[in-house]
Amino acid sequence: MSTAIDIKNLSYSYGNGPVLKDISFSIQKGDFFIIIGPNGSGKTTLLKTISGIIKPQRGQLEILGQSIRSYTRKVLAKTIAFVPQMVQVDFPFTVSELVLMGRSPYLGLLGLEREKDIKIAEHAMAFTGVEHLARRRLDQLSGGERQRVFIARAICQDSEIILLDEPTASLDLAHQVRVMDLMERLKKEKSVTVIMVSHDVNLAAMYGDRLLLINKGKIVSMGRSDEVLTFQALEEAYGCTLLVDESPIGKFPRITLVPQKFSNSGPLEK
Amino acid sequence: MTSKTPFLLKRLLIVSFLLLFLLFGAMFFGLSMGSSGNGVKAVWQSLSGAREADSMLSAIIWRIRFPRVVLAALVGATLSLGGLVFQALLRNPLAEAYILGISGGSAVGAIIGILMGLSRFPGVSFTAFAGSMSTLLLIFLISSGQTILKKDSLLLSGVMINAFCSAIIMFLVSMTYDSRLHNIMFWLMGDLSTADIRQVGILAASILPCFVLIFCLSNSMNMLLLGKEMAQTMGVNIKFVTVTLLVATSFMVSATVCHCGLIGFVGLVIPHLLRLLFGPDHRVLVPACMLGGGAYMVFCDLLARVLPEQGEMPAGVITAMIGAPLFIFLLKRSDLRKQG
Repeated sequence: MSTAIDIKNLSYSYGNGPVLKDISFSIQKGDFFIIIGPNGSGKTTLLKTISGIIKPQRGQLEILGQSIRSYTRKVLAKTIAFVPQMVQVDFPFTVSELVLMGRSPYLGLLGLEREKDIKIAEHAMAFTGVEHLARRRLDQLSGGERQRVFIARAICQDSEIILLDEPTASLDLAHQVRVMDLMERLKKEKSVTVIMVSHDVNLAAMYGDRLLLINKGKIVSMGRSDEVLTFQALEEAYGCTLLVDESPIGKFPRITLVPQKFSNSGPLEK
Repeated sequence: MTSKTPFLLKRLLIVSFLLLFLLFGAMFFGLSMGSSGNGVKAVWQSLSGAREADSMLSAIIWRIRFPRVVLAALVGATLSLGGLVFQALLRNPLAEAYILGISGGSAVGAIIGILMGLSRFPGVSFTAFAGSMSTLLLIFLISSGQTILKKDSLLLSGVMINAFCSAIIMFLVSMTYDSRLHNIMFWLMGDLSTADIRQVGILAASILPCFVLIFCLSNSMNMLLLGKEMAQTMGVNIKFVTVTLLVATSFMVSATVCHCGLIGFVGLVIPHLLRLLFGPDHRVLVPACMLGGGAYMVFCDLLARVLPEQGEMPAGVITAMIGAPLFIFLLKRSDLRKQG
């Protein structure tokens, strides 16, 4: 069975109106799957529904062939790990304390860690390159370092699927690439299915095996980056002028914003 | 290469033994000192079963001081633990045991009891308890269903209820001119002098199960600090944990407050102090608050009995006088730490 996530007719409404409208698609195991779309398109809601945080009002959601409803909380935690966008931590946990929390689905009532759990945490910290920060407090880290710590925590959950909500949103250029590379390594070395919501279409084009473009709660298109990232689909979804050509560094699309002040000068190839 | 995280169990045991020792030490001094004379030797003799103990002093020690010292320990433990739990539940370092309206509700209940001429126990205790449980009910009604999981809604409801109760209290106090006014003020300032062993026994039996329950949920409290959504993705049943912690803590704080009035600052200062000393892991902080908070209160009560030349001060005055400067000191220490 090669399907990681299977969604049929998923609908969800919140307060003001429907956020997800009759969504159906599936994600293959081992894919680096990136969901893109404008603000308010429902992409974060979709991600939270897959993680079990939000319960859909209509439709079916199957994780690894089984309905999400059949999963107990702990088993779901061992199957799917979630990395949020930015977490406000007001209390002085250290990096190693936080990373170890990722082991809690495997531990008993008090969560007393064993030697094995500590080893797994150390390995996760080494994987994400934060082992030298083990004793530091979370509020002393930079945004990029903190994001990698949260990823290490998710790795400790030892799950087949990892979900990330706009992980590169507030990171500098180097860290954006670093996080995306980390996800690619996870996919290749540990056969993890990576599902990410991204606001950066160029990064999505560079890394995604398959993309999903969502707008106003509905799927616009899904497939390879060159299939999904057409200027017509993107301009309609994002509501701005874009130039789409092939990237000079590889066989994937490059999306360039065309602000008003540039749109009337020079030849535009579309 | 990588640093080894110290085993939790080892830290837990070390901290617990240290504070247990402190607690017993405080209780020992609490038993031996007081306005009727110092009986360090007498306490020692009583404890070791020697028969030469001065029987009058013994009676004072065991009939009067002992229930009081035990009550102080229970009160300190409960208020500190209550503060800790609410700080975790509401993700707010300013939270303390009374923040959800318990102080307001029980004060209104107590004042009504005193004005009705009821005796301290069981009369006033009962009305105080009824008052605080009513505020808990009110909180549940206001933040019903899903909104109970939104942290700010709980906090805001609690603050509003306390404010409203303050208005009622001011009204009732302004209408009272006789000796009951003194009883009311003493209750509002926190007072451990009316302890009796039966009362204390009932209190202990009601709150010890709450302590155990909260300790079992301490790992979940760690994860709650990352946010309810995150905790859920790590396997925590957030609805169950939130409601259980809320009810257990409100119950134990209410049960305690109705015996001793409103002793402040303990629930705010002790969790912060212990967090500064032992780190933010609740599996260590929960027993630390129980033991450390208990020791602190026994010590404050001792000062309340021993410092004044005549009579005694309400314990709440001492906790405020020590607590406020201590809190400012902690604030400065944590600021320095953040810069470092």
